[in-house]
Amino acid sequence: MKYIDEYRDPEKIKSILKEIETEVTRPWVIMEICGGQTHSIIKNGIDQLLPKNIELVHGPGCPVCVTPLELIDQALQIAARPDVIFTSFGDMLRVPGSNKDLFKVKSEGGDVRIVYSPLESLKIARENPDKEVVFFAVGFETTAPGNAMAVYQAAREHLKNFTELVSHVLVPPAIKALLSSPKNRVQGYLAAGHVCAVMGWSEYEPIAEQYKVPVVPTGFEPMDILSGILSVIRQLEKGEYKVDNQYARAVSKNGNEAAQKIINEVYEICDRKWRGIGVIPASGMCLKEKYADYDAGKKFGVSNIETHEPEVCISGIILQGLKKPIDCPAFGKACTPQHPLGATMVSSEGACAAYYRYQRFKTNI
Amino acid sequence: MCLAIPGKVIEIFEENNLKMGKIDYNGVINKACLAYVPEVVTGQYVIVHAGFAISMLDEEEAQRSFEAWDDFADRIREEGYEVTSAPLSDKKRKESDK
Amino acid sequence: MKNGTMENDDFALSCPTPILNYDTIQLAHGAGGRLSAELIEKVFLPCFENEILLKLEDQAQLEKPNGRIAFTTDSFVVSPIFFPGGNIGDLAVNGTVNDICMSGAIPLYLSVGFIIEEGFEVSELCRIVDSMGKAAKTAGVRIVTGDTKVVNRGSCDKIFINTSGIGVIPNDINLGAGYIKPGDKVILSGTIADHGMSVMTARDGLSFESRINSDTAGLNYLVRDMFKVSKKIHAMRDPTRGGVAAILNEFARSSNTGIRLFEETIPVSDEVKGACELLGLDPLYVANEGKLIAITASEDAGKIVEKMQCNDLGKKACIIGEVTDENAGKVTLRNIYGIERILDMPIGEQLPRIC
Repeated sequence: MKYIDEYRDPEKIKSILKEIETEVTRPWVIMEICGGQTHSIIKNGIDQLLPKNIELVHGPGCPVCVTPLELIDQALQIAARPDVIFTSFGDMLRVPGSNKDLFKVKSEGGDVRIVYSPLESLKIARENPDKEVVFFAVGFETTAPGNAMAVYQAAREHLKNFTELVSHVLVPPAIKALLSSPKNRVQGYLAAGHVCAVMGWSEYEPIAEQYKVPVVPTGFEPMDILSGILSVIRQLEKGEYKVDNQYARAVSKNGNEAAQKIINEVYEICDRKWRGIGVIPASGMCLKEKYADYDAGKKFGVSNIETHEPEVCISGIILQGLKKPIDCPAFGKACTPQHPLGATMVSSEGACAAYYRYQRFKTNI
Repeated sequence: MCLAIPGKVIEIFEENNLKMGKIDYNGVINKACLAYVPEVVTGQYVIVHAGFAISMLDEEEAQRSFEAWDDFADRIREEGYEVTSAPLSDKKRKESDK
Repeated sequence: MKNGTMENDDFALSCPTPILNYDTIQLAHGAGGRLSAELIEKVFLPCFENEILLKLEDQAQLEKPNGRIAFTTDSFVVSPIFFPGGNIGDLAVNGTVNDICMSGAIPLYLSVGFIIEEGFEVSELCRIVDSMGKAAKTAGVRIVTGDTKVVNRGSCDKIFINTSGIGVIPNDINLGAGYIKPGDKVILSGTIADHGMSVMTARDGLSFESRINSDTAGLNYLVRDMFKVSKKIHAMRDPTRGGVAAILNEFARSSNTGIRLFEETIPVSDEVKGACELLGLDPLYVANEGKLIAITASEDAGKIVEKMQCNDLGKKACIIGEVTDENAGKVTLRNIYGIERILDMPIGEQLPRIC
């Protein structure tokens, strides 16, 4: 495919690996923020191609993984209502709540439908005026433009039967939280390319400056990831720290201003709990008061949610890059993709699921 | 997070007051919302996530990185490393298959 | 691979257009009375025509074939029931033909059971039955017995079809995962994931404007061709649900060997690649309905592939991997960078994802 295959070419990969080898003189720890990058790294074996003194740790950038359990349970309650058509990206259907997942709700009679675009949800709402159509609006900044547009468009069309259950999260506050932790060992960051495509790379400049870390907006193909790593290594070796855009074909300094405008029209910044990590101040987005009519949480007044996280699960520590999936005693034993204990084992881009799928034979599980 | 892939805009139309387009991905065509790339015209590439074009693909920038990467390959050749399109390891396999 | 839309699919009924008293299926069509008889006479018999069925007894009376019998059954509930390149009808015939011939058997007879939701369009039933007749004819099998039940609206989704089939295994052919051994080669008969992506892109909710053709086809003549050039085929299966990854994991487990695939050798059509990238799916886990995987002795693999390539259904046949004594019970995939990773058993149906 044009603009994909070029970035997978073994010849290019080989030469950039050589370049990286030439530049590295010391061990470095680099975090890729985005779960999509984790998936690509593990699937393509990029971690195994790199010189041994470069350690990649996997970041919290998986919306499926960090959506708080309370919200999953809330979604399950709403989806079970007979008057509701509950729509969601395919990613969320197998995420375990406290005692079931959306598939289970579907099997019990809930009308749960997978959509590819939030606009498909609106279409379902138009076609089913006697039903309440709820869209599970999860994601980072990348997904926010679409999810915001659905609400904006519903308001324009005066659709009364469409609401969103919103659990949006933001990347920069999470990076700051990780960098502020005394346990932090990450020395450079690959920033999530598609988040930057929406928000622009300029919002990482204050972070690079304040914490003196290189931050490199990076794409998702093997060549993108390696050129991101090369940039971080070069900066680290020289003692530099700046934002160096390595995904220039998709990311600009100011990002997509048309998208930001609609996001800011519909959503506002709020505190948000991250599953496995806890509350990070000003790290999420929720619907503005003006759009309160489109808030499924308010409309369906969900009650009595008591959550239960399995104690053995260390997904929170993994999401912070402090441990690897194979360090978890439950990995591949009590916790597998069939019976996930934590969300990092569910999402295809969760670090545990990626390790389980692609690297398990090394651990003899 | 955020699976998004490049596709070519082959048709632009309006639906429910939104700019929409048909996007070609390697021969398979899917609909996407183009409201966030108001300047896009047919023939250009956009990056699509969950049914929304979130960015135009800057072909000049893409070309620039290709050139930079070609330099790496040149440098390796000059230094006497062999660069081929064969797998990085186990080159013998293909021969043994024959 | 051609892209067709459903509207311009070449569709012409080869059987006479039936004139029924109803244009939709009624409960009475399954009740055994006059309407049932009319359905059999005007819809089923003309399309499935053969002397065994024509006797209309409660059972088909068959001659005992000379050899071991292969017997299989499968139920078809695909949605949508019409998709580019096929429909639930030819799928039901081809699926059972393929399950039979994966043992090396020559398929002979099929049974067909329909469960139809009341209100189903008779014209759609005719299209489905017509495709079944054509698929059976192509594969050289006879549909010799059948049954129709009509259920209340909402009790099934439009139409479900069960087919069972019987074939005869030639005396010198013995296939099974137990014969797989290290050193064997893995042969794939063509591009993967066409059927699964055809059905997925035909579904509502995913915004697709163009279609991918299903690969549904009966593979019995391809199998016959393969046995013409070699008897050293050790095991064979068609990678339907769960795709190539599921079948190979079954083989690896039951033979307690390792299977190593080479990613760059596995053929995937451009459109399927595009649709898989878009929806975040791995074609190795997506269903096929007209492909086979054969594990064969290394020394015969080349000539088997060459012979397969002469058949339309095996044009893109190739060797995609090998059986090893390392990683017993597991399937691994070596990518173009030389890195080997595990190719696990699928967990459930693959879902389109955005992250």
